[in-house]
Amino acid sequence: MNQVSRLFRAREAGIFVMLVLFVAVVSLIQPRFFSTETLRIVLLAVPLILVAAMGQMMVLVARHVDLSIGSILGFSAIAAGMVFRDHPELPLFVGFAVGVLSGAALGFVNGLVVTVFKLPSIIVTLGTLSLYRGLLFILSGSKQIDPNDIPEPLIRMAQTSPIDIPWIVIIAFGVAFATWLFLTYSQIGRQIYAIGSNPVAAPLRGIRVMPVTILVFTLSGALAGLAGLIYAARFGYVNPGITGVGFEFTVIAAVVIGGVSINGGVGSVAGTVLGVLLLGSVQVALPILGVSGFWQNAIYGGIILIALVIDRTVRQGGLRGLLARGGA
Amino acid sequence: MNSIEKSPIPATPPRVIVREAAAPRPRWQVWLIRPEVVTLLLLVIAAIVATRLSPFFADLGFILESSTYYIEFAIVALVLTIVIISGEIDLSPAAQMALSACLFGTAFKAGAPIPVAMGVSLLSGLVMGAFNGVLVTVLRLPSIIVTIGTLILYRGLAQVLAGDKSISGFPSWFVGIDYRMVGIVPVPVLIFIAASILLGLFLGITIYGRQIYQIGTSEIAAIHAGIRVRRIKMGLFIASGLVSSIAGLMVASRLGSVRYDLATGGELTMVLIVMLGGTYIFGGRGSILGTFLAAWLLVIIATGMTVANIAINAQLTVMGLLLIVSIIATNAIYARSQR
Repeated sequence: MNQVSRLFRAREAGIFVMLVLFVAVVSLIQPRFFSTETLRIVLLAVPLILVAAMGQMMVLVARHVDLSIGSILGFSAIAAGMVFRDHPELPLFVGFAVGVLSGAALGFVNGLVVTVFKLPSIIVTLGTLSLYRGLLFILSGSKQIDPNDIPEPLIRMAQTSPIDIPWIVIIAFGVAFATWLFLTYSQIGRQIYAIGSNPVAAPLRGIRVMPVTILVFTLSGALAGLAGLIYAARFGYVNPGITGVGFEFTVIAAVVIGGVSINGGVGSVAGTVLGVLLLGSVQVALPILGVSGFWQNAIYGGIILIALVIDRTVRQGGLRGLLARGGA
Repeated sequence: MNSIEKSPIPATPPRVIVREAAAPRPRWQVWLIRPEVVTLLLLVIAAIVATRLSPFFADLGFILESSTYYIEFAIVALVLTIVIISGEIDLSPAAQMALSACLFGTAFKAGAPIPVAMGVSLLSGLVMGAFNGVLVTVLRLPSIIVTIGTLILYRGLAQVLAGDKSISGFPSWFVGIDYRMVGIVPVPVLIFIAASILLGLFLGITIYGRQIYQIGTSEIAAIHAGIRVRRIKMGLFIASGLVSSIAGLMVASRLGSVRYDLATGGELTMVLIVMLGGTYIFGGRGSILGTFLAAWLLVIIATGMTVANIAINAQLTVMGLLLIVSIIATNAIYARSQR
């Protein structure tokens, strides 16, 4: 009994119920939504968001926020794409390394500026959002990476694998599983929660806040870089003015829906995965329901606000915002 | 510190312990550690460098004419300054500009005369601001994340309203506010100057202005001092919505058309202007004068880059760097003056 009630009180349960309700309602209105084909489309739609959401979740748990991931995604996708285009003789993993490492480097810069100068991450990453986007225009010479420059094996990763589930789906859920292991069983993972729960107490308990925070931003950047490669694989092109623009908001929406508290210290991989799945389902359901795609952003915005209000009511505490105590 | 060390310790303690006050800082230091002064210095340097690089800059008319794009954001940045001083933030004004402008366009297309359509737009600004205000003051959600949510919501609604098409065909008297001049000064610049003076006086000499500084310095203390914190913050968010819709109308007039992606990325420009003007990101410090000067600094830098043929996309790099550098500098200055 106790176990059951605990299960129902968990944040993840609420999101799960929302997801089931959503699928049920959409399926009632439009029965063809409830099919394995839909599941396939949803699973193909989510890896991009899921990978980046894992990074953003860790950042939010540490009581920060990273607005620059859309630009990092674009930068890494361009950097990897240029390697593919200019050096087609190199093996695929070189491009992957370039993408992930460039993302990690940009994330590292975010973390460094935030922690060294004790600044609110929201303003810093708003600045680097613009800075990185500008850099990627300079790097790419404002030229797009064309579909025929993306190597065939990379494209195939978005379509299939030896076990018939596309590689990018396997990678995305693999990343989620690794994040869960890291956050649950590693010392640093637990320290991230401690920092977010109480930034004042964390250093008193001997947690080295600065390196851990920098690591969190670096991971977020690296995962955004990986998402850049998933983008290239799935869409088959990279455009400096389009790729990743506004992506940060989609990811923040998914993470907040997933029950990760913006006040830090609270959030789980399971919740985030459910949040991403819910967002992916909304994305896929809209055209099936005959709703104009123009509604998508309005719905995302509405969902974020609803999730915030729910979070507020769940907590009832008087915690103040990121900004008021930011930079810690 | 020095004066304490110098005073000899008396053999018997005096009955009244007089603690000597620390020596006052020299007047020039007090002035120099004000961030506005740094902004002013940067402005002067930027102007000198720019005139050296290109003769265009010696022409005041040229600068004024090329300023209209940034002036729209600068007008909103004035109110944003006050919001940040009160310890909150509003990231949604650019999206509010887009939605109110799209509402204006939709109302006009539906046959409403221009003044009615403008009324609709201004009203929508009030409503959007009030919605932000309710979420922040009544539900007590952190403004930083609430306004990210409403940013997406408002721009999404603008997209629903206008689709991916632009709405145009406004009568000629409405179009081209940036070409209307008083002397050599375009009307938007006049509006900006007038708004700066009004808001500067509001913040500087009215009781509300002083209370806003107190709220930003310590909200708990402000509540105990009997300041109606929630009501004032609500008012500020509504003001932010109203001024955003005014700026949205100015964009509509300047471009002669509206689209849902109007003023995309404007939140960065606005925050940049406020930060360049030396307003403290954690609230309690800052001034309208700083924001006013910073707007011109940004105009000169941006126009300078355009004259120097730096692509608008590459300019993003400079804007991002400027934001980070200015916030680091402002924080350092305040950390110094706090000791």
